[in-house]
Amino acid sequence: MTVERTQDPSSYVEQQQAATVLAPVYGQSDAPIDPFPTKEPNAFQVVWSNKKARIGIIILAVFVLMAIVGPWIAPYSLTDTHFPPGKGPSLAHWLGTTQSGQDVLTQLLNGARVSIFVGFVSGAIVICVALVVGFVAGYFGGWVDDVLSLLMNVMLVLPGLPLMILIAAYIPHHGIGEIILVMSITGWAFGGRTLRAQMLTLSRQDYVVSAKFAGESSLWIIFREILPNMLSYIIANFFGAVTGAILAEAGLEFLGLGNPSITSWGTMIYWAQNGDALLDGQWAWIIAPGLCIALLAASLTLINFGIDAVANPRLQED
Amino acid sequence: MRYFVRKTGFLILTVWVAVTLNFVIPRLMPGNPAQAMMAKFAQQGPISPAQEKALALMLGLPTGSLWSQYWNYLWDLVHGNFGISYSYFPQSVSSVILNALPWTLILVGLITILQFVVGTLLGVYAAWNRGKKFDSTATVLLSFTSAFPYFWLALALIYVFGFILKWFPISGGYNGALAPAFNGQFIGSALYHSVLPAITIFITGVGGSLLGMRNNMINTLGEDYILLARAEGLKNRTIAIRYAARNALLPIVANFAMSLGLVVGGSLLMETVFAYPGMGYLLETAVSNQDYPLLQALFLCITISVLLANFAADIVSGILDPRLRKGAVR
Repeated sequence: MTVERTQDPSSYVEQQQAATVLAPVYGQSDAPIDPFPTKEPNAFQVVWSNKKARIGIIILAVFVLMAIVGPWIAPYSLTDTHFPPGKGPSLAHWLGTTQSGQDVLTQLLNGARVSIFVGFVSGAIVICVALVVGFVAGYFGGWVDDVLSLLMNVMLVLPGLPLMILIAAYIPHHGIGEIILVMSITGWAFGGRTLRAQMLTLSRQDYVVSAKFAGESSLWIIFREILPNMLSYIIANFFGAVTGAILAEAGLEFLGLGNPSITSWGTMIYWAQNGDALLDGQWAWIIAPGLCIALLAASLTLINFGIDAVANPRLQED
Repeated sequence: MRYFVRKTGFLILTVWVAVTLNFVIPRLMPGNPAQAMMAKFAQQGPISPAQEKALALMLGLPTGSLWSQYWNYLWDLVHGNFGISYSYFPQSVSSVILNALPWTLILVGLITILQFVVGTLLGVYAAWNRGKKFDSTATVLLSFTSAFPYFWLALALIYVFGFILKWFPISGGYNGALAPAFNGQFIGSALYHSVLPAITIFITGVGGSLLGMRNNMINTLGEDYILLARAEGLKNRTIAIRYAARNALLPIVANFAMSLGLVVGGSLLMETVFAYPGMGYLLETAVSNQDYPLLQALFLCITISVLLANFAADIVSGILDPRLRKGAVR
């Protein structure tokens, strides 16, 4: 059974807009939603059957593994600074050494933890805030929706990075927690609006209306009737938020607004840039962490191609 | 008409929010940057009360109640008075920014529009030839390039084209030996220096435009009126451009703002890598020197530029899409 798209024009265009913004990450959001997805292959199979998503999952798995075992498989100790400084890649140091005589590969393997941790924790907080705001706005409608939507639209048009920089510059202490905080404050509006549009559509579906008439409580309806049907949107938004957080973290750290004494990919680039790594020909010091950030962010984008296919059959690959 | 009035109202509201955030954020944070500044001076020697007062006046330390501070702040803003820059002392913040603004506005503005146009056209092409070679290569390749941190791509380009191949200058916005002037030599030098920054913005931005248009276009191509157009035997080109692309483009224009915010943020970081004499480079200077007056003014300028561009995009999509104007949809 397929439920018709709601006829409410406002939600339709909201979705169209939301879909477009997320489009690179995420796809259209007004696909007919099947409330009884039992006949379908399970969601993971759909995602996995998408070639792009499969590449993404494999890359992500490699990085997660790297974050877990990185410090153990690193060839040297992170605190070891007695190597000849500023040397290019060699057999002993596959990615060369830093200006202060550390092994770049060791830093890279240790840095995976910070980037992945910050990315996923910020992503999780962002999506939680987005869920609450989006759900409240979309489910209750009326003036609550008006106020929250306005708030989200305002947050959306304010350019994120300058705002993050302004906040981060005024925070006296720069650490991982602060970076996560800054990103959580600035990043939720986007997911909020997409999820609100979804919520608006779903909360007017017949089965939800009948659940209301049956006297179910709002919380029950939201969590048992609606949430499962928009899981793919939530996950897609989550990955989008993680991607944004990873890139933003790297940007803040590159500007020196992170904690430069922590080893992460962003601070590696910061030190490499400050140590004129490129002009000394120590290219691997800069290229390697940047490539890792790019690959990690890209893997999440690729996975979202597969998640899109779950949500929107039109985007499924034939 | 109501549509345009509402969008103007939204512009005013967002500008007010930006202005107020700019006022509130420093005051929410523990510690006072100006006092930190004083502490720095105090390390070099004891400060007499008279000197302290002079310093406080010079740094523009806030006095009076929060409310009167707010009004003074608004008053100063309206008169373009952002105070004195710490790092470019004794230049005023507004003169420092006015020197940097054109560089960013011209470079980032032009390339953003260019990448938007090219990316959108390629997106139409990719969606129309969905699943073919160009589409599958482009989507994977571009989801990769749009995941590049801007500043990192800038570094990589400098290394290859500036350092190894020596085709382009490594940093700066023009040849330092030339005085800024409107003559052929200077403009030529500026253009030459802007090639690598331009390529950076283009490469990292074009992916988002292409993928956005592609996905939208795929949805549009599934609509019934496209099927009808095919049944009528219209030419493929006509269907693709006149029927599908035009409709797929509307939400993209409406969402120009979000992509713009990202592009602007990324370009700011890119500028610091190239030491390009624009707003991003200033921002980095302000951050690393804790030049708070400059930082705040930069935040406002950047944000308000983005808000104005967004407003323009809203107006354009209102003109293009009668449904928006007529208030049929929000």
